[in-house]
Amino acid sequence: MFGVLIRIDSVTKRYPDGTVAVDRLSLDIPDRSITVLVGPSGCGKTTTLRMINRMVEPTEGTILLDGKDVTQQPVNTLRRSMGYVIQNAGLFQHRTILDNIATVPRLLGWGKDRARGRARELMERVGLDAALAKRYPYQLSGGQQQRVGVARALAADPPVLLMDEPFSAVDPVVRKGLQDELLRIQAELGKTIVFVTHDIDEAVKLGTMVAVLRTGGRLAQYAPPAELLSAPADAFVEDFLGADRGIRRLSFFPATDLALLTTPIVAVDATAEQIAARATGETPYLLVTGLDGRPLGWSAPHELTAGSIDPGRLLSHGRPFVPGTDSLRAALDCAVLSPTGWAVAVGADGRVTGVVSQQTIAEAIRGAHAAVPADAPAAAPPSLSKGGPSDAKVAG
Amino acid sequence: MSGFFDIPSDLQHSWLGLVGLHLREALLPVLAGLVVSLPLAQLCVRLRWLYPPVLWVTTVLYAIPSLAFFVLLIDYTGQTELTVMIPLTVYSLVVLVPAIVDGVRSVPQETLAAATAMGFGPVRRYFQVQLPIAVPAVIAGLRVATVSSISLVSVGALIGNQGALGNLINDANIYNRPELAVNAVLSMAALAILADVLLVAVRLLLTPWMPRAGRRKQPADVPDPATAALEDAVR
Ligand SMILES: Nc1ncnc2c1ncn2[C@@H]1O[C@H](COP(=O)(O)OP(=O)(O)O)[C@@H](O)[C@H]1O
Ligand SMILES: [Mg+2]
Repeated sequence: MFGVLIRIDSVTKRYPDGTVAVDRLSLDIPDRSITVLVGPSGCGKTTTLRMINRMVEPTEGTILLDGKDVTQQPVNTLRRSMGYVIQNAGLFQHRTILDNIATVPRLLGWGKDRARGRARELMERVGLDAALAKRYPYQLSGGQQQRVGVARALAADPPVLLMDEPFSAVDPVVRKGLQDELLRIQAELGKTIVFVTHDIDEAVKLGTMVAVLRTGGRLAQYAPPAELLSAPADAFVEDFLGADRGIRRLSFFPATDLALLTTPIVAVDATAEQIAARATGETPYLLVTGLDGRPLGWSAPHELTAGSIDPGRLLSHGRPFVPGTDSLRAALDCAVLSPTGWAVAVGADGRVTGVVSQQTIAEAIRGAHAAVPADAPAAAPPSLSKGGPSDAKVAG
Repeated sequence: MSGFFDIPSDLQHSWLGLVGLHLREALLPVLAGLVVSLPLAQLCVRLRWLYPPVLWVTTVLYAIPSLAFFVLLIDYTGQTELTVMIPLTVYSLVVLVPAIVDGVRSVPQETLAAATAMGFGPVRRYFQVQLPIAVPAVIAGLRVATVSSISLVSVGALIGNQGALGNLINDANIYNRPELAVNAVLSMAALAILADVLLVAVRLLLTPWMPRAGRRKQPADVPDPATAALEDAVR
């Protein structure tokens, strides 16, 4: 975060029919990060977003962009400096994918070839096959259309991206892919993104800051997601976060400090002496690894035949976690899902670095909570649940 | 005994000449109707309250018999083609205005929002987004207007020789040559089908972005065997 880019200053929107969509909202939106507006349907999220690019004019209050009132510059100049992505993409059905993406550069007066060249770059950036360039929107899947929507918004390299429930209409698997892609793009390009969603999980996953709005367009809480989870401001926010916020909060604690056991691990070609030496009784099971160091599965020591361990007869080791990048939530999940109750830790290269029990993880959770009192905001939370690219985001 | 294509000299045209005249008298009014309808329809889209009265007026005008128009106009424009083409122009509005209004209104709300958000002004948005997306609906309207205009030109026979191919029906009576009436009917039918097929071809050229199976999206655009065959050919 570098500073405040967009300042929403006690803004109210009253529609002609008397509906108060937004009520004295004040929000400082930080530079080069993702700020999420989240809340139930009809709480004024879209209205707020559209006041930033003046598709809706506030009834009261001002919005400052980089310190200047947004009403100070011509409205179309303002809009061309802000990418806009909506649900169902809103693509121009009569233009090819390439020309859809080239729209804003063309509006800005770029030549056709330059605009199309730029569009091709962006197709690659958002993970679209170049072969789609000449297709029309109806020939694309929902997820692909949404990628085109993101590429189109990025085409003129605007500093600000406004996104209104962009991923709500696609299925969960595609949505996760799009979310990860957005985090990657944000880390690479350092855009200031204002992201609207009604999905709290999406908000927690994507947001550097999350603003929870309640019906009537009033701000309920504005905080980093870890703080939201640890210290909801009131019953409304707590309710909105859902029942498992404690578990989800574990996403913000690193698994780095878990004490890993390295004894109960044998290679698939282990001798009888090696097996005996490893079966110390600390664990009822031994983890068998391949010759490459990757996990193969669990087995009771007496069922292992030295020299000829049959990998097909081992108990599944479940999904392993990576202590350096995964969170306590991921570690706990691995342990809970493992048939032995033990989680397998691997390095970035997939080689086993140790095993850890549910009890050890539970102690680590208690330790983490003790370090950060449940009612106080967690300071500078690592956004571990967000995968690799988000590390850059936190650093940035 | 005269041949099928031997046109009585009082019409001062060969058969081909009559065809050309007929096309001019039928198509220019449709073109003029389109030029009038486009801004009128846009006005109706922007000012919703204006649409019902405009629709009402075009319907009433359509209900006025052409003879009444001729009586009214003949003092000003005389026994000319113009006297025939003005009512035809007025008649075309009853089809074209609603076709264009429906077409422009069928543009999805999110497409419009996206255009606005990207910094399209209203004029640019109309010409670069709304109108191109309305093309299928506009052409569907043009097809109906064109075919009906081709058949309506015949009434020009009421004010002397201004009915083009329609005059042949008159002459069939005068000279007792029924084959002239058959000629008139067949020629007009052929012109109508030809014009229709051409319009469908134009639509196919202008809308490569339409799903080919999605013609049902344009209810006014009822496929007939000729267009289906043509679409197959183009595909
Ligand atoms: N153009 C409008 N005229 C009147 N009321 C509106 C208009 N747009 C939105 N509203 C109302 O304002 C409130 C907030 O709407 P919106 O900002 O779209 O909410 P959200 O995006 O959070 O679902 C809702 O009650 C909605 O019905
Ligand atoms: Mg909304």
